[in-house]
Amino acid sequence: MSSVAPTSAAPGGKATSAPIMGRDHEPTIFEYSSTGRRAFSFRTTGLPEWTAEELVPPEYLRESPVALAEVCERDLVAHVTRLTHRQYSVDLGAYPLGSCTMKYNPKLCDDAAALPGLAAVHPATPTGHAQGWLELLWSLGDTLCRITGMHSCTLQPPAGAAGELTGLLLMRAWHDSRGERRTKIIIPDSAHGTNPASVTLGGYQTVTVPSDERGLVDLDALRARLDTDVAGIMLTNPNTLGLFEQDIAEIAAAVHDVGGLLYYDGANLNAILGVTRPGDMGFDIVHMNLHKTFAVPHGGGGPGAGPVAVSERLAPFLPGPVPARLADGHFEWHTPPRSIGRVHAWHGNALALARAWSYILANGGDGLRRVAEGAVLNANWLRHRLRGTYDLPYDRPNMHEFVASTTALKKEKGLRALDVGKRLLEEGFHAPTVYFPLIVDEALMIEPTETETPETLAALADALIAIAADEAGVGAAAPRTTPVGRVDEARAARSLLPTWDAVVGHG
Amino acid sequence: MGHFVPHTDSDIERMLGDIGLASLDELFEVVPEALRLAGGLDLPQGMPEPDVLAEMERLAALNHHGSDLICFAGAGAYDHEVPSATKRLTFRSEFVTAYTPYQPEVAQGVLQALFEYQTLVARISGLPVANASLYDGASAAVEGVNLAVAAKKRPTVWISGGLHPHWRATLATFAAGTGHRLVDVPLHDGVTDWTAVEAAGGDAPAALLVASPNYLGAYEDLRAARRVADAHDALLVAGFDPVSSGLLHPPGELGADVVVGEGQPFGTPLSFGGPYLGLFACRAEQVRRLPGRLVGRTVDVEDRPAYVTTLRAREQDIRREKASSNVCTNQTLIAVACMIQLSWLGTAGLREVALRCARGTRYACDALTAIPGVELMAPAPTLREFALRTPLPAETVIERMADEGFLAGVPVGIEGGVVTDSGDALLVAVTERRTKAEIDSYVSCFEKVVR
Repeated sequence: MSSVAPTSAAPGGKATSAPIMGRDHEPTIFEYSSTGRRAFSFRTTGLPEWTAEELVPPEYLRESPVALAEVCERDLVAHVTRLTHRQYSVDLGAYPLGSCTMKYNPKLCDDAAALPGLAAVHPATPTGHAQGWLELLWSLGDTLCRITGMHSCTLQPPAGAAGELTGLLLMRAWHDSRGERRTKIIIPDSAHGTNPASVTLGGYQTVTVPSDERGLVDLDALRARLDTDVAGIMLTNPNTLGLFEQDIAEIAAAVHDVGGLLYYDGANLNAILGVTRPGDMGFDIVHMNLHKTFAVPHGGGGPGAGPVAVSERLAPFLPGPVPARLADGHFEWHTPPRSIGRVHAWHGNALALARAWSYILANGGDGLRRVAEGAVLNANWLRHRLRGTYDLPYDRPNMHEFVASTTALKKEKGLRALDVGKRLLEEGFHAPTVYFPLIVDEALMIEPTETETPETLAALADALIAIAADEAGVGAAAPRTTPVGRVDEARAARSLLPTWDAVVGHG
Repeated sequence: MGHFVPHTDSDIERMLGDIGLASLDELFEVVPEALRLAGGLDLPQGMPEPDVLAEMERLAALNHHGSDLICFAGAGAYDHEVPSATKRLTFRSEFVTAYTPYQPEVAQGVLQALFEYQTLVARISGLPVANASLYDGASAAVEGVNLAVAAKKRPTVWISGGLHPHWRATLATFAAGTGHRLVDVPLHDGVTDWTAVEAAGGDAPAALLVASPNYLGAYEDLRAARRVADAHDALLVAGFDPVSSGLLHPPGELGADVVVGEGQPFGTPLSFGGPYLGLFACRAEQVRRLPGRLVGRTVDVEDRPAYVTTLRAREQDIRREKASSNVCTNQTLIAVACMIQLSWLGTAGLREVALRCARGTRYACDALTAIPGVELMAPAPTLREFALRTPLPAETVIERMADEGFLAGVPVGIEGGVVTDSGDALLVAVTERRTKAEIDSYVSCFEKVVR
């Protein structure tokens, strides 16, 4: 049986001490507005002070300025600061949101990406004056290839979903180049929703392959779906249940046998850093979520970065331009000969890429392996602690995350996964991902990440165990200690108020 | 090693014991042995933090910017003021280290900031609904076209030859998957000549896509574009420079159904091209086709105002293969910066920044075109960017000017009426940050370089 608590140290990831400053709502910035109040100031330029009428032809000139909030800087700062006090974040406490890899974001990386020599550079700067950026991007691409076991890389895709679509367009270009028109992409039933959405935008049809009783791709069912219409398969490994697809070599051989390609969804790359590589498993195309694996902070939902690495045979098709190192050690932009074209207006989310590079430098090859070890150790330890309290539909050694369920607790006293998440907020932790993957009833998808201490894990486990022991009905009333109580989502959709003007106009 | 993994050796030993394992390697026995990486990653050892910063500073020092390379380049990436308030507030770690607001009870900060952002984008675009952001202007254009094609169920889109060439390239890349037919509409005298494509006949378009100001900086006649769209029962998707809304009629007022734009000018530094911000607004009747996230105002159980992501049934994680967009992550942090910046500017400040851009542009344009052999590429009026023909190819001008401490602009050309990002002409941008002294010195250097 598990020990009660690893040490007597306080859990660093438990946030119940965060102050709650009252029960009022925060007015919108527009409600602070008072005509004529201002915060702006501009550089002294010494330029002639021509009027708008002298500069803009009358048919284009607007009659009155667009109304924005008119506030002083002090009120703006107070308003936004109060908004931050109504927001949970990794910096505040643990964030065991499955499939999102909400690890701690080192402050070092913030400072690195804020260097003016990176942040203040125009994207069209001639390469001779941007050698530092080109070297950084080239080095990052080269390193991501080493980590994934691939040949070449594009850094343009600004997010994971953009990486997926890029990968599918690479598949299309590859098959086109061989004069083949394939129509289908195979996706497991445990896949993230972006996969089938990307397949549609890539011009393919989704064919779903079921998971077997192990929670892994059903190899026989896969073989039954494979034919020469199959352009490829999209897999996450470890999959969204946190389980390693042990048959991956057989899967790769079967897909390659019919001329299909293998796409690796890098959502869960954190689990295998330095342990195994998608390239060695037989994957042809890999996207990475740098905002998960390489600690680029999630920014409340972006910006991320979703580079795509490919095997040698697909390298000529990569989006361009890509940074290239010349024989003399200088760097230049280079567009691959059969490039599918741009997938971003410039070079991708460059500052996010710089953050990832600083994280990789700090960790090194040895540190990245330790990341995977810590993530997998934490997730397995937590699964053991929850055994006997929550259902564990796939109670097998997992990788960086695992899926629990409240099926029995719901039957016993109506406790749903949603309620567990809301109760956990009261206990000082962010909720896990709930109701995903779709193949598990009342799913709680838990990813503690490697950056939480054993003390935090123990406190999180204690909280989850306490919630399971709640009397019936307690969960449905949660959360009671948060800035707002449970939010009426149905009303938001029924009477849509997407702007302050809609609210005011509504009466 | 393992800078950010907190476990001590005894932590690891105890935890492994709890789960019945003897070593960390045993955690990975589920990985077939043949696939396990022997010898670890082919990468250097981890570095101490100060060494990492020193390496990043070395790389940063190889790039020229600021007073070493005074910026007269634009092309969708503009050197605007980012005041201390915007910088400090945007980098509050509560915004930086949160994720998508799946649990609204503990995400009211991000949700309300996005609600305010949506309100501001709706106002500057002149349309009633804006989403919570897309990746950049190019991705917003792609999604605008996807919306129109889904709404009209026709695959053809007419694209102004004045669209940003990188937006056009991105549209073409994604059209390989969606099967959209992109038809170029040539420029005439620097603005879109719709009569050319109308005369050519062909399939009825689902949408017209045109940016105003366009890539050459010229104002397009959106009212005329609206009439063409109406004649073909097409949607008008208008790209805009959001700074221009400080002085110009916004596209929504001129008849656009969908407005897309690059939001970088509001609070985001040049950043070597990203992360930037895709602005996206539409009419109320298109809201169920809106890509990406949308925040709505509602109440909590105690009837207090509260915010939540809404109309979620549009999104990829629910609709899966039936979704018309695969957007999941957006650019929330950049949208928050935009909200802060627009509130710092306020009503008068947005007008002022546009006016100051226009003044600097007029001043620089007049002085540059007074140089013998230098002339405007197109006669159309512009606000803050203009294209010049010069006696030397743009690339040469740019290289020589860079050696003198100026980022002179970006190369631009026109092929078959369509703007390109290579060519002999030079696209010059002037923001409110450029002083008379800087412009004077740029002009005299320019004169010397092209002589």
